[in-house]
Amino acid sequence: MIALWVTIGVIVLLVIIYVATYNRLVGLRNEVKNAWAQIDVQLKRRYDLIPNLVETVKGYMKFERETLEAVTRARNVALQASSAGAVERGKAESELGAALSRLLVVVERYPELKANQNFLALQEELTSTENKIGFSRQFYNDSVLRYNNQTQMFPSSIVASMTGFKPGEFFEVTAAAEKEAPKVSFTQ
Amino acid sequence: MWEQIRSNRFRSAVLVSLMGTVLLLLGYFLGLFFFDSGTGGLVIALAVWAMMTLVAFFQGDSILLAVAGARKINRDDHPRLYNIIEEMKISSGLEKMPDVYIIDDAALNAFATGRNPDHAAVAITSGLLQKLNRDELQGVIGHEIAHIKNRDVLLMAMSAVLLGTIVILARYASRILFFGGMPRSRRSSSRGGGGGQVIVLAVAIVLMILAPIMAQLIHFAISRRREYLADASSALYTRYPEGLASALEKLAASSTQVKQANQATAHMYTVSPFRREGVSIETLTSTHPPIQDRVRVLRAMGGASYAEYERVFRDIKGRGIIPTSAVVAPAAVQTVAHVVQTEPLEQIERARETSDVLWRLNRYLTIDCDCGARLRVPPGFKEPVLQCPHCGQIHKIEATAGAPQ
Repeated sequence: MIALWVTIGVIVLLVIIYVATYNRLVGLRNEVKNAWAQIDVQLKRRYDLIPNLVETVKGYMKFERETLEAVTRARNVALQASSAGAVERGKAESELGAALSRLLVVVERYPELKANQNFLALQEELTSTENKIGFSRQFYNDSVLRYNNQTQMFPSSIVASMTGFKPGEFFEVTAAAEKEAPKVSFTQ
Repeated sequence: MWEQIRSNRFRSAVLVSLMGTVLLLLGYFLGLFFFDSGTGGLVIALAVWAMMTLVAFFQGDSILLAVAGARKINRDDHPRLYNIIEEMKISSGLEKMPDVYIIDDAALNAFATGRNPDHAAVAITSGLLQKLNRDELQGVIGHEIAHIKNRDVLLMAMSAVLLGTIVILARYASRILFFGGMPRSRRSSSRGGGGGQVIVLAVAIVLMILAPIMAQLIHFAISRRREYLADASSALYTRYPEGLASALEKLAASSTQVKQANQATAHMYTVSPFRREGVSIETLTSTHPPIQDRVRVLRAMGGASYAEYERVFRDIKGRGIIPTSAVVAPAAVQTVAHVVQTEPLEQIERARETSDVLWRLNRYLTIDCDCGARLRVPPGFKEPVLQCPHCGQIHKIEATAGAPQ
């Protein structure tokens, strides 16, 4: 009799632990998804800002056609890669980031551009968007780390493999330029 | 990060219940002393506390903002500030953007309020907006967002309400005692048994004096711990401890007190709003740790993680500050290299920008004349045109109405 109750008790306990672990995994996975959506919002914002920026800057910098074209090209490539996975997208976005920071270094040579109110407002928007991309990436990677730890560590790893929780991908930036440049070049 | 909040909650729950115990003890003995009924005293104490809690919970933030003279702004009023707050919101993983307020005050300070992360607000003084560059402002905002994210705001409000209740009860009781003489019930009930009464009297008086002091010390202890934690979180969110460190230095160097601060709201600010000369030791009776210590810890950090903050804090202070569960979480966190630019021109720009916002908040109209003069038209101005006092050019008021740049 006692053996029966003990068995039932153990089973109930296991079920409770299973459910709790499963729910935590779902919570963490949702956090990762949510964090990814945040990055997405900011990257889209950057795509939207670039045509404006190019338009504003074009008149002032006639001799920098190449730099401007590089930015536009990188933007289009990134836009096409926007449905791809984190790794591939990270590569395209770092290209764009690098092209943008090159442009903003060049801008320093045009003092009359820096007196343009429209450009200054755009510059603040772009600085902030770059920061937001950085910060949302930072938060996304932290979330992925937490989620991956949970799916790979014993005992939650058992639940994870039973119910098909796959580890998440980190959003890495490859180009070294992207890591520091934007913020430095535009702090006003 | 979650573990940290949980562990924080536990510690804070212990401290708050300690304060609760002090309140109950005070209520019980005052009741016993004044109307021979400990339960009656308990009921009164709890009623006062419940009332204050309700007010603080639902109206606390708006009362505080009103008392501080804070004005709500939106994105167009100050895009940079708004962006910085949004950046920190993203970095901390906060779900809802807090409301943004500006306080027209030359002092350098900021605070966060709101009962939970969905009803939160960040208020900063106009002085802060003028004096800090982007990185420094980001550090301060990170600190405030950390208070929201770590739920310090609610905790500090609860603690402050308990403190307030205890102070009110003790103060009224002592007034009645000293100015009203012995309570009537006590005089009439001279049924002997004087020994017990003397003890009750003694305990009641001791509690009346000690309870507020004890509660205050607990309140301060909670507050100081929170400040260090928020500094650590700010470093983690911004990945740039130097920003906050340099901001704190500027705050320390400024000698202006916040006009609208009092003892009850002191714990909310980034640095203590009261200035005392030469306070460098961590005293029991301050809501904030000394700024020099906070700067020292931030400057010595080699990374931006909680683990790094904890390591440096241990080096300097010989004790820990971050809950162990949080220290393990993210491994190596690199700081991001920024270039801190401090051109004098920048400061003037910022001052101009800030005063523009304040004028606009006060419904003044700004007209930029071609001669370079900037005209401010008060809201009650009735004339259709205005002549520039410098060059004599005529400006139409209607034509320029609307939000100036």
